[in-house]
Amino acid sequence: MTSQDQQVPTQGQPQLGGPEPGQQPNVKPDDSGSRWTQTARDITGGTVGVSILAVVLALIVGAILIVLTEPDVQATAAYFFARPGDTFREIWSTVSTAYSALFQGAIYNFRRPEFATAIRPLTETLNYATPLIAAGLGVAVAFRVGLFNIGGRGQILIAAAAAGFVGAYVPLPPVLHLIVALLAGIAGGAIFAGIAGLLKARTGAHEVIVTIMLNYVGFYLLSYMLRTPGLLQAPGSNNPEAADTLPTAVLPDLFGSAYNLNLGFILVIAATVFVWYLFSRSSLGFRFRAVGENPDAARVAGINVKNTYVYAMLISGALIGLAGSQQVLGTITTGFSSSIDAGIGFDAITVALLGRSRPLGVFLAGVLFGALKAGGFAMQAAAGVPIDIVLVLQSLIVLLIAAPPLVRTVFRLPTPGQKKPVKPQKSDKHRKAVVTR
Amino acid sequence: MTAVAPQAAAVPVDAARIRSWKTPVILAVFSLIAILLFVALRRGDQTGFRLSRGADLLQLPEITLPTLATGVVVSLILVGITAFSAWLTSRYVRTPLWLITAFAIVFMVGFLTWTAADASLPVYGLFVGTIALAAPLIFGALGGVISERVGVVNVAIEGQLLAGAFTSAVVASVTNQPLLGLVAAMVAGVLVSFVLAAFAIKYIVDQVIVGVVLNVLVTGLTSFLYSQVLTEDAATLNSPERFSTIPIPILSQIPVIGPALFQQTIIVYLMYIAVAVVWFALFKTRWGLRLRSVGEHPTAADTVGIKVNRTRFINVSIAGAIAGLGGAYFTLGSVGTFTKEMTAGAGFIALAAVIFGRWDPIRATLAALLFGFAQNLQNVLSAIGSPVPSEFMLMLPYVLTIFAVAGLVGHARGPAASGKPYIKS
Repeated sequence: MTSQDQQVPTQGQPQLGGPEPGQQPNVKPDDSGSRWTQTARDITGGTVGVSILAVVLALIVGAILIVLTEPDVQATAAYFFARPGDTFREIWSTVSTAYSALFQGAIYNFRRPEFATAIRPLTETLNYATPLIAAGLGVAVAFRVGLFNIGGRGQILIAAAAAGFVGAYVPLPPVLHLIVALLAGIAGGAIFAGIAGLLKARTGAHEVIVTIMLNYVGFYLLSYMLRTPGLLQAPGSNNPEAADTLPTAVLPDLFGSAYNLNLGFILVIAATVFVWYLFSRSSLGFRFRAVGENPDAARVAGINVKNTYVYAMLISGALIGLAGSQQVLGTITTGFSSSIDAGIGFDAITVALLGRSRPLGVFLAGVLFGALKAGGFAMQAAAGVPIDIVLVLQSLIVLLIAAPPLVRTVFRLPTPGQKKPVKPQKSDKHRKAVVTR
Repeated sequence: MTAVAPQAAAVPVDAARIRSWKTPVILAVFSLIAILLFVALRRGDQTGFRLSRGADLLQLPEITLPTLATGVVVSLILVGITAFSAWLTSRYVRTPLWLITAFAIVFMVGFLTWTAADASLPVYGLFVGTIALAAPLIFGALGGVISERVGVVNVAIEGQLLAGAFTSAVVASVTNQPLLGLVAAMVAGVLVSFVLAAFAIKYIVDQVIVGVVLNVLVTGLTSFLYSQVLTEDAATLNSPERFSTIPIPILSQIPVIGPALFQQTIIVYLMYIAVAVVWFALFKTRWGLRLRSVGEHPTAADTVGIKVNRTRFINVSIAGAIAGLGGAYFTLGSVGTFTKEMTAGAGFIALAAVIFGRWDPIRATLAALLFGFAQNLQNVLSAIGSPVPSEFMLMLPYVLTIFAVAGLVGHARGPAASGKPYIKS
């Protein structure tokens, strides 16, 4: 990340890290040096470093949680003062069992002799990452325009309903069927998010509230459709579940049926490139960024801010709709229920935040959270640590990267843009002084 | 959180000459629905309304209404009110609120008569269940009102409720003292608020982001601890003694509403007190004036010597304590044990109530009651077999809120500085 990547948090854009003068061009100290020095500083004390340290810190907190709640550790802690070694050994074995299970479940399973089976966890990770990246890109697009799309859950559910309907009840020739089903899901997500964009543009309704409320509207709509014969309910079934997706609409596996990874991953790579192109090369993306930086200035410059909001929400919803379609056409093809969103809608927000709304960042963040998910299930099976710990890790990571001063305080890092390490409290005061000038 | 278009601030001064056809149009739409449902799509012959339970001291007879005739009368009244509203609007007079309320009540009577045709509707049940479902919403909404009034957007109500529910269950169960559980719930709510306040005020992170992430964090933490610790030893850790109902003499014998309002647990009585106290404190005390000034115009508040960030910190904590109490209602008031994600979106309905109630404690309480009523109506109606799909009843609070923020129903406008960090310069 270069200094150009950090933009001034302006009124319209959700602030990810608070006002940090080191990242603000207008208050940057005079001796900031060349771009390269700045980049080096960013890596050591700046955003990338903070992100990595945030992950480390979250894993440490997670380890503490696991240790504190492990009955074996509690048993040895009872006679801690008699034999403290037992406690420490137990702590070590608990943490190492849990985290090695996490690693082996997410990346590479050492216990398998052959590479072909040992690498399977990595494809599992990428499979979990696929919808996370797609939805994370959607949330990120909205972020960059200064909009907060919390409606991922509703958009995924509606997209799943649309893609699921086409996929299960509209027989079409092989390739065409998949394309139509994908497009239906994408359109479903886009329209549902578009409602929020339209209301924001026409009436000024705050998109946060509207999207939160639409989550529940989407959930109950899907629930209704799933238990109504003729809409989504599988014929002859009494359960609120859809029929199986027809084989013609299922996303084909990339490396054969031994691995879960399907074509959706390629689509997500394409979506990442698309979002990069959108923001870095297209005029629409330029308008998006302008509105995100400062809607008033954008309006003065002749950009139709209201229409931009609608377009941004449409694209955001379309990307989230892609995630919803993948859930129905790739992950769960044997009749989905109303829990098809699998928490991706909210995870996407954390993915976008961790990726700092940059396409590549979101991609990597999605892979990381996909790894946590895949490894989480392995950890639950092998070490008996509930999968919910993954939610704790995710939210801790995001909380920590959202407040870089906190991470720097913990690790005693220098604030970027300053030569000498200064105590954070002092630097806070210094900052305020700089801002006032 | 400003939920209004910027140009709304530029309303002409001569407000008397403004004529908005919004109200008559909405009323007309509902009148049409009424005619369509109650008259054209009539069903059944008679509808019964049971007003008393067998155990009540004062027995009221069951009221039986002829379904079609009631539908016709209701439709006529609704059309009449619509016409009157249109006439008022044409004379540049705004439709008074009592008229809209009357319209809503008449519509509700017609709807209930239609939907419960050929069945007997337990009216008292509608009210008892409403309070039970609305109590946590009201606590959450009060917390939301305080927090947003002081200028901190509180999306973390869900997290505060869940934290309160978890802690109260564990503490009440370990100590065998439900009252200690209540205190613990408040502490848990405050702790969640602390994190919200610390990140929003000290580190100036976007408040919505912190709120959303906090919800995930609390959900993850409570679910993790539930699976890892509580299920291991549910007998000592997750079987709190529930509060018993304390019927208030005389008042609880009032027909229809008596049992609903005055035959409740201590948490519900605390809720009545909380609503009154929050309203009084917010609008009649120096503390409330300061709180609101910080939320509306922090710079002005700072100028007259109010410590903006400290005020925010303290009041967000108080808001957390109140919301935490709502969480305790789940475990100590109704269900009796903690289960994973047991709040199930109540925090977001509470947030909806805050907005629908226009950031006013009394109105937010009424909104929460309305949402509780809608949820409970769905339960009652599905029990007697209603033609309306239950999902659409459950959707009602959310759809109403969308309409509210879009300016179709009322005019939702939040505290001016809500969601904006204050950086002293």
